[in-house]
Amino acid sequence: MTTTAQTYAGAAPSARGGSITRNRRKVLILSYVFLVLFVIFFLTPPLYMFITSLKTSAEISAEVSPWWVFSPTLANYIQLLTSPVYLTFFRNSILVSTFVVAITMVVSILAAFSLARMKFWGSATLATGVFLTYLIPDTLLFIPMFKTFAFLHDLTGIEFINHWWVLVIIYPTLTIPFCTWIMIGYFSSIPKELDEAALIDGASYMQLLTKIFVPVALPGIIAAAIFAFTVSWAQFLYPLAFTTSTDQLVLPVGIVTTLIKGDVFNWGQIMTGALLGAAPPLILYAFLMDYYIAGLTAGATKG
Amino acid sequence: MAEVKLRQVVKMYDETPAVRGIDLDIADEEFVVLVGPSGCGKSTTLRMIAGLEDITGGEIMIGDDVINDVPPKDRNIAMVFQNYALYPHMSVFENMSFALRLKKAAKDEIRARVENAARILDITELLDRKPKQLSGGQRQRVAMGRAIVRDPMVFLFDEPLSNLDAKLRVQMRTEIKKVHQKVRTTTVYVTHDQIEAMTLADRVVVMNGGRIEQVGAPGDLYHAPATKFVAGFIGSPAMNFIPCSLEEAGQGLRIRLTDDIGFLVPEERAGRYRPHAGSGKLCLGIRPEHVLEQRSQLEPNQQVFEVGLDVTEPMGMDTLVYFRVNGSEVCGRVNPNAGARPGERMKLVADLNNMHLIDDATGKVL
Repeated sequence: MTTTAQTYAGAAPSARGGSITRNRRKVLILSYVFLVLFVIFFLTPPLYMFITSLKTSAEISAEVSPWWVFSPTLANYIQLLTSPVYLTFFRNSILVSTFVVAITMVVSILAAFSLARMKFWGSATLATGVFLTYLIPDTLLFIPMFKTFAFLHDLTGIEFINHWWVLVIIYPTLTIPFCTWIMIGYFSSIPKELDEAALIDGASYMQLLTKIFVPVALPGIIAAAIFAFTVSWAQFLYPLAFTTSTDQLVLPVGIVTTLIKGDVFNWGQIMTGALLGAAPPLILYAFLMDYYIAGLTAGATKG
Repeated sequence: MAEVKLRQVVKMYDETPAVRGIDLDIADEEFVVLVGPSGCGKSTTLRMIAGLEDITGGEIMIGDDVINDVPPKDRNIAMVFQNYALYPHMSVFENMSFALRLKKAAKDEIRARVENAARILDITELLDRKPKQLSGGQRQRVAMGRAIVRDPMVFLFDEPLSNLDAKLRVQMRTEIKKVHQKVRTTTVYVTHDQIEAMTLADRVVVMNGGRIEQVGAPGDLYHAPATKFVAGFIGSPAMNFIPCSLEEAGQGLRIRLTDDIGFLVPEERAGRYRPHAGSGKLCLGIRPEHVLEQRSQLEPNQQVFEVGLDVTEPMGMDTLVYFRVNGSEVCGRVNPNAGARPGERMKLVADLNNMHLIDDATGKVL
């Protein structure tokens, strides 16, 4: 009797476990195949950039394998990092992105909080409207924006073209709608009872936002901030259209306009410039990635 | 400490009434439980007292002040929610002291009050933990602690034990009662669990369909329900309702259930019931604990009848027996040694000292 029981007890789970393991292995192999393809596809260009950045112009144009560095040099890095023009681009990019992230977060947190929680007439329609504005492609917007800036110039006398700070006004039109949308989702997932408890505890709506919502929704806020930073750091079309002087350019446009002289492409420096330009978002992602995953709301309510 | 008064309070959601004009006086230091099925308006009533729902009509007073338009933070109330609603990013200490910190109370006072509340609830060693490091019962204690720290005029509890498992619920129930005995703050407590209502309350308010069905001490509701709804809602297993007719039997009255089963009405009730003799739809209400096994010594107004048992459920202390009378399923509670077996006939005793006669048309207990 005991033996039978043991046999059944031992056999049943292993049979079930076996099929689960087989199934799991199949899915895993398939996942790895696609992941490897994905990684090769997306990491080849940066790798090529890195290899090229370590080459001299002579080696780049020589007929040797482009995938190997025969006489590595840091000359491209040294030249760029000591070039005042490149450092100006870098500074402009950092200034623009920092201001854009700050403005975006202030506006979208306030907007999302009021749209998600302070139910007022038309708030639902407005929330949808915010998202719809994000769907308008930026290529459609820069001509009306030119007109608007010309009008504002006539009205105020302030020159809105060819200043880096103009980008600080323009970029939020891209970042605020999406960030607001992300934040509405995050704020909506916070249990309603948390607001009610805080309101009974004596918090004002502003205190409710700063003392409860912002800390609880921090992962969402950081995700939105990273998005705003990436968009403003990598934006190409608007700076190309709105800024022209070398001292007002940001990195993406600066690299292309100053390192390509006529029909001479300084590939080593272009690749180095692009690689250095990609570093800040990468570093940001590396440090803040955990916040994407962290679930701070755990423990707020049952579960 | 304060009284809470509700005067003709109405709540409408668009055109749908949730609370239909209720009047209720809650005395200082009293523990009142609002109980009823889902959608009866009990939580809405509590939320109106808290200021979390607008009041469509009527008045709510705390102490002598009408608080209809006073924001929640100025009502001097504290509320414990079903899902605890602890601030997840704050430690237990910070959770409990949040209201005092907002009021900019002195640091020493905050510490003293939090520590005092923690002592009452036995959570002193949890003060540095975050909510996610606590069990359900501990979280509920912290939620109560957050309420106690504020020393409010009124405690409001919105189904605070519904998320706990059965064993913990019983434990916390006792805990809540102990806390009330210590702090003596006027308390309004909402639950759908009638046992919770009976065990905790000084007075129970039974609500149904946005109205108050009956207000009374737990014993009064149990022994003298005013309506069929209250009779059926309070008590577990629920009261049996058996369609019946009332007929003259010599000097007295007889309740006729079937051709074979009829009970003489206790003498002291005959006068009260007589006007209903021969009238329309009546219903006998009798609790399972008043349907017993046959005993050698019968007390006055205990009458024997015989039925075929359908199901028996041994509970340990006693056995529940189920049988059908006049189309209704009836439950009795007999001694486990009485030999109740499904499918067999059994002689049972109806204790008519505790019977209720209900007018089915009005739902009122006669």
